Amino acid sequence: MTLFVFLALLQDGLATGAIYLLLAVGLLIVFSVTRVIFVPQGDLLAFATLTVAQLEAGQVPGTLWLLDGLALAAVLAEAYRGRRPRVLAFWLLFPAAVTAATLWGPRAAPLLAVPLGLAVVTPLGPLLWRFAFRPVSDAPVLTLLILAMALHFVLAGIGMVLFGADGATVAPLSGATLMLGPLAVSGQSLAILVVAAILVGALRWFFGATLAGKALRAAASDRLGARLVGIDAADSGARAFALAAFVAALSGVLIGAATPIAYDTGFEISLKGFVAAIIGGLASYPAAAAGAILVGVLESLGSFWASAWRDVIVFALLIPALALLSLRAAGRK
Amino acid sequence: MTPAPAPLLEVEGLTAGYGRVAVLHGVSLSVAPGRILAIVGPNGAGKTTLMSAVVGLLPRQGRVRFAGAAAGSTEALATAGAVLVPETRALFADMSVADNLLLGTWPRRGDARATASAFRDVYALFPRLEERRGQRAATLSGGERQMLALGRALMSRPRLLLLDEPSLGLAPRIVRDIFRVLAGLRAQGLAILLVEQNARAALDIADDGCVLEMGEVVLRGPSAALAGDPRVIATYLGTGSSG
Ligand SMILES: Nc1ncnc2c1ncn2[C@@H]1O[C@H](COP(=O)(O)OP(=O)(O)OP(=O)(O)O)[C@@H](O)[C@H]1O
Ligand SMILES: [Mg+2]
Repeated sequence: MTLFVFLALLQDGLATGAIYLLLAVGLLIVFSVTRVIFVPQGDLLAFATLTVAQLEAGQVPGTLWLLDGLALAAVLAEAYRGRRPRVLAFWLLFPAAVTAATLWGPRAAPLLAVPLGLAVVTPLGPLLWRFAFRPVSDAPVLTLLILAMALHFVLAGIGMVLFGADGATVAPLSGATLMLGPLAVSGQSLAILVVAAILVGALRWFFGATLAGKALRAAASDRLGARLVGIDAADSGARAFALAAFVAALSGVLIGAATPIAYDTGFEISLKGFVAAIIGGLASYPAAAAGAILVGVLESLGSFWASAWRDVIVFALLIPALALLSLRAAGRK
Repeated sequence: MTPAPAPLLEVEGLTAGYGRVAVLHGVSLSVAPGRILAIVGPNGAGKTTLMSAVVGLLPRQGRVRFAGAAAGSTEALATAGAVLVPETRALFADMSVADNLLLGTWPRRGDARATASAFRDVYALFPRLEERRGQRAATLSGGERQMLALGRALMSRPRLLLLDEPSLGLAPRIVRDIFRVLAGLRAQGLAILLVEQNARAALDIADDGCVLEMGEVVLRGPSAALAGDPRVIATYLGTGSSG
């Protein structure tokens, strides 16, 4: 392999690694706050690509009706309990605004399709929490995992019905190519790295400097303590799912420009984010970041040397990572 | 003796437990502003269960009212001004002392002036916390952890504190310090529901007392009278002492 090929592969690997990093961060946030392993994250990723692709084609995406249906159910549930008018107003007004903008706005315009797609898919995260996980939020981790798996199959089925079996791509954020000497750097790879860096910076700021971010960290750090100071456990869960869904949707838009995404592709992509999160011990963000970049680069190099073994190499990483983790856990005891 | 003001916390016929096993069987008590009610009882009597049920961490049957309204969820009670400091302290271990305190202001978030004055007051009560404000809560000593748990609970300026074994695992000198702080808070009108193994210290500081056994209140009255009760002396205060 020449240096030239290596650099090209590295560029690819870094870009995919950045996506895995985003997904790993989403998984970590949801897991640390709610103990849910957010398997359906990959389905939301696919929903986002497919939704934006349909918007760009001028169509009205089926996920819009999914959002409206679930939001309506949330409104009814909240009206029945009648205690939190602000929550009710949000689930009434936000989907209404998104629906109006999609139906009557210039939805195919490049500047509108992506924000609209994100606005359709992101609220699905807290809605999944509201109806699937919140009612059993005290259940053991295993129960929550089984529920998450079931939800993944349900969402994949819905995706198949709404979008069909074919994959779709979205317009790249940047179609430019930058020549660095003999090396062609794709504008999309750069865009992915820049967006990922901005998002990571924004999350760091949110968790490190804002009271709302610290409250979410508190909910992750000590569930009981958070409730005792008045931080609503159900709200924290909803915020965690909203963040993860947003990150997944953004990942879908970023990766969907280079790779066609079908209703069932998202699962595999988010599994790789999961590998990265495991490498981070489901707890440490910097370790997960390193894991994500490692997974992306290994996968990219692997596809050159032994493309059939690509996924084997990535998922085989889990074994030493888990062994190391359990050794460390044993050492702590 | 001045007549006791209207109670802040009223518990009537409270039954609670874990799953189908009831631990509390119809407990009634009340705490008025500026008063301390001590609950003593043997291990496993249901003292911690009582605290958890009162703040809504466990499903409860019976009547719990706070400040004249039916008590809601744990979060709602914290917002209304009833804060529990649990046996486990439940600190945010991987966050700094200052962040732990800051999160205590959650019910009054957005009011910068109130936050600043709460920090001033808590640091004045526990200067040690100010010295350690950048340190992670996980690395604090037992006494410092208890100060932080109390300090965090005070940050929202509650009207009722529920303290589960505040002296657990602390050296006598620190226990004295903490109890002195509690007496000072009571003087400012705070109501305290105090669960203690250390029955002597608890009855010394409290206005009223209850003895809880097997999930039922078996004795109650002014704490001075309880401390002089022969059954209490025999079981909880050791022989040869009086209140
Ligand atoms: N999570 C739980 N599940 C089932 N039973 C429990 C649980 N927690 C406590 N119990 C039982 O409830 C009873 C009362 O326990 P509780 O913790 O309220 O006692 P306590 O008076 O606080 O005791 P201590 O002085 O030791 O703290 C005990 O018999 C205990 O075994
Ligand atoms: Mg106890």
